[in-house]
Amino acid sequence: MSGKRNNPGNVFAYIIRRLLYSIPVLLAASFLIFTMVSALGDPLYILKMNPLSSKETIEHIAKVHHLHDSIPVRYVYWLRDVFTQGFGSSLFVDRPIWKDLVRVIPHTLQLVLSAEIVALMIGVGIGIYSSIRQYSFFDYAATTFSFLGFAMPVFWLALVLQIGFTNLFLSTHVRIFYTSGLSSVPTPHGIHFLYDRAQHLAIPVMTLAVLSIAQYSRYMRASMLDVINSDYVRTARAKGLSEPRVTLRHAFRNALIPIVTLSALSFGALIGGAIVTESIFQLDGMGFYFIQRLGYQDTYPIMAWLMITATMIVLFNLIADLLYGYLDPRVRYD
Amino acid sequence: MTDHPIEPIERGSSLGPVAPAGPVAPPSTTEQEQALGLVYEHGLEVAVRSQWAYVRRRFVRHRLAMGSLVVLILVLLAGAFASVVAPYGYAGLNVTQLLQGPSWSHPFGTDLLGRDDFSRVLYGIRTTEKVAFLVGVLSVVIGTTVGALAGYYGKWVDNVLMRFVDLVLTLPGLAVLLTISSFIRSPDPVIIALILAALFWTVLARIVRGQFLSLREKEYVEAAKAAGAGDVRIMFRHMLPNTLGPIIVNGTLTVAAAILTEAYLSFLGFGIQPPTPALGRLINDGNDAGQAAWWLTVFPGLTIVLIVLCINFVGDGLRDALDPTQRKVRA
Repeated sequence: MSGKRNNPGNVFAYIIRRLLYSIPVLLAASFLIFTMVSALGDPLYILKMNPLSSKETIEHIAKVHHLHDSIPVRYVYWLRDVFTQGFGSSLFVDRPIWKDLVRVIPHTLQLVLSAEIVALMIGVGIGIYSSIRQYSFFDYAATTFSFLGFAMPVFWLALVLQIGFTNLFLSTHVRIFYTSGLSSVPTPHGIHFLYDRAQHLAIPVMTLAVLSIAQYSRYMRASMLDVINSDYVRTARAKGLSEPRVTLRHAFRNALIPIVTLSALSFGALIGGAIVTESIFQLDGMGFYFIQRLGYQDTYPIMAWLMITATMIVLFNLIADLLYGYLDPRVRYD
Repeated sequence: MTDHPIEPIERGSSLGPVAPAGPVAPPSTTEQEQALGLVYEHGLEVAVRSQWAYVRRRFVRHRLAMGSLVVLILVLLAGAFASVVAPYGYAGLNVTQLLQGPSWSHPFGTDLLGRDDFSRVLYGIRTTEKVAFLVGVLSVVIGTTVGALAGYYGKWVDNVLMRFVDLVLTLPGLAVLLTISSFIRSPDPVIIALILAALFWTVLARIVRGQFLSLREKEYVEAAKAAGAGDVRIMFRHMLPNTLGPIIVNGTLTVAAAILTEAYLSFLGFGIQPPTPALGRLINDGNDAGQAAWWLTVFPGLTIVLIVLCINFVGDGLRDALDPTQRKVRA
C-alpha cells in the first residue's frame, strides 16, 4: 500500500479528459432518447382522443412544439431548448420543466443517498461478519436473507411495509413512521423538520436499501474471503497483530475496493427502485414526477428526466473510477 | 429426473481399465476384455462419464437446487394448466363473496369483485411463464449470436457492439422500459416480452463476447482452422459448446430478472393490461382494494418471490455443476 500516490495534476487532467469524453456520449444518448420517445407514437394521442379538446388547441400545441417537422429537425429545436430554456416546457401546460426538476431532484437525492449509506453500513457489516464466521449460523442466515432480497420485487416489499406500519398505527395509535408523503402539514421548522423528514423517509429508505444490502453483503463476504487468504494478511498475523487489527485495518481496507465501485455503479438501479418507491409512498421526487408525466405521455418532461438521469449515471461512473484509483494506488491515470 | 440412472461410483484404482465412453459405462465385462486381461477385479471399474453426465451428476447432488427445481416445476405446471387446476375462472364474479379473507374455499381470499385470488394468481403465473420463456429464448439467441460475432471477428464489429452496449448502460433501464411500454396502446404478453428482450440481450452478449475473445486463441480453434473449417462451423460447433456453461447460468438469471421486471411494469400499470391476469397487476389491484385487504397484496407477491427464489437457486446449482473450478459439491 506504500506505492506513490497519483500526481494531482494527472488526476485533474484525467477528470477533464473524462468530462470531455462524456460530452459525445451524452449527445448520443440524447439523440437516442429523443428518437426513441418521438418515434414511439403520437404525443398528442391522448389529447386527440378527448372530445373536449378543440382542433385549434391541438393545432396550436403542434405548432409551438414544431410537431409537424421531421424528427431530426425537432431534435435540433429540442436541443436548443435544453440549453437556452432549461429543457423547455411541458407539452400540455405552459410550465417550465426546469422548475419542477429543481423541486423534485433534492427529494430523490435525499432518499437515494440515505438508502445507499444505510445499505453500505449494514451490507458491509454483514459481509465482514459472515466472512470471519464463515459457515456459521449467522453466515447461513445472511445468505438466506440475501437470496430473499434478490427475489423480492421492490414494490411488493414497499407495499407490505406500508400495510404493516399503517395497520400498526391504526391499532395502537403510536406514530413511529409515516407511510406516505414527505413532510407533515403544517411543516415544522428547524430540528423538528429533520426529525419529521426522517420519520417520513425511514420506510422508503429501508425498502430501497434491502436489495442493496443483499448485494453488498454478498460481494463484501466474497471479497473479504479473497483478501483474508492472501499473503500479506498472513504476514500481519505472523507479526502478532491482534485479530481486530488484522481484519479491520489490513483486510477490510482492500476488501472494500470492489464494493465502493459497485455502489457508485448501482445508482441507475437505485433510480429504478426510487420510481416505484416514491409512487407508493407518494414522495414528491423524481420517480413520482416521472410516473405522473408518463401517465399523460408528456414527452418533453420524460425526455428531460431521462437526460438528467443519464447525466447522473455518467457522473457516478466517473466518481466510481476516481474512488477506485484513490483506494488502489496501483491504478494510474496516465 | 434423468434418463440414465446414476450409480454410485466405485472408488478403485485410478489406473484401472477404461470402459468404453458413454454417458454411463455398463458395469458388465465382455469375454474379450477378460481374455485381454483388462479386468483385474470386479467392482473396481472406473466408470467413464461424458462431460454432461458429470454436470448432471453434480446438479442432482445439489440438494437445494434439486428441491428448487421440483418446486419450480410444480408451480410452473400449475400455471400452465391453470384452466384445469384453478378452482374458479379468473374473471368469474361472485357478488356474495366480496373481499373475503383467506379461507378453505378461497385460499388467497377474494378481491373487490368477489373473484377468487388463488385462481387469478394461477392464471397470472401462466402469463408470467409466457413472458419469461420468450424473454429467455430471445435474449439467449440474440445475445449469443451478437456476442459470438463480436468476440470472434473483433475489430469494428466488436467496436460497434461495445459502444452500443456502453450507450445502453448510461440509460436508466427501468425508466426506458416504462417509457416504451407506456406508448404502446395495447401491450400483450408477447410485446412486453419483446421489449424486455430488447434490453436484456446486451448482458449475454457481453458475457459471450468475453468468452469468445479468450477461446479464439485456443489451440483447438487453430487446429479447426488448419483443418479447413469455416468461420461459422468454428464458432458454433467448436467454440459455442465451450461457452454453454456461462450461457445457461446467465440465461437462467435473465429469466428471473425478466419475471421481476415484468411484474414491475405491470404493477405500475404500463405492462400487461387487464383483463389478462398478471402477477404485478394483481398486486396493483390489491393495493387499490385498501390496506385492510392485505391478502390481495401479500399472496401474488409471495408467488413471485417463490418463483424467482427457485430460479436463482437452480441457477446457482447450475453454476456449481457447470464450473468445476469453483465447485462446492463434490463430483
